[in-house]
Amino acid sequence: MGSDDALFGIHGTALQIRSQRMSMLASNIANAATPGFKARDIDFNKALDAATSQQAGSVDDAVESNVGYRVPVESSLNGNTVELPVEQTQFAENAVQYKTTLQFLQGRVDTVMQALKGDQ
Amino acid sequence: MSTPMSVFDIAGRAMSAQIVRLNTVASNMANAGTVSGSEATAYRALKPVFQQVSDAPGVSTVKVTQVVQSNTQPTKRHDPDNPLADKDGNVWDAGVDSAAELVDMIETQRQYQNNVQVMQTAKQLTLDTLRIEK
Repeated sequence: MGSDDALFGIHGTALQIRSQRMSMLASNIANAATPGFKARDIDFNKALDAATSQQAGSVDDAVESNVGYRVPVESSLNGNTVELPVEQTQFAENAVQYKTTLQFLQGRVDTVMQALKGDQ
Repeated sequence: MSTPMSVFDIAGRAMSAQIVRLNTVASNMANAGTVSGSEATAYRALKPVFQQVSDAPGVSTVKVTQVVQSNTQPTKRHDPDNPLADKDGNVWDAGVDSAAELVDMIETQRQYQNNVQVMQTAKQLTLDTLRIEK
């Protein structure tokens, strides 16, 4: 995967990581009542760094090596480390950031479209 | 992480699991007032067992592996007039803790709602992504 896409820069990679993080946070929310479940999350900054600096290796590898376990604010008796307020906040934040990345991409696409159509 | 489960799989299957849980709460509440002639045949609350299902690290949903009877003991009550009473005049009330069931129901509702919200957000973002060049 080319780290510096000529057209989209880091935004394509960022969108992929945001999407995978959304799945992971959805998993945490889905398993809110599963005994013993350990909530996980991606360190976005590190994953993006790894994905954009790596010579070889895919975005998936970069994500996989930057997945960690959530440290609960207060541990529960059944070993489940999902804290819904935390997960919901992270999910909402990630959704907004996905949307933002999408806006950047949209801007690039609009620019190219304008260039293709010429000045009308 | 070649083909991870989509957010729709994750939230959808979690919603199914929560529905099973809601069903057990419904049958427990429905049977809360039942009376039985012996301790063995008395109704005991049903509880679903949730288990994590994963096909990639960090991406997992939940399923109900089995529904088990709870350990809540039926309560013995002396009621000789009851036609179901045994020779000592005792009947057994269903082993259901109504308060605990209500709490379970509220928790189920909240978690179902959370998963609906996740799905709605994922749907909106997917549609936004599809519309990027328009």
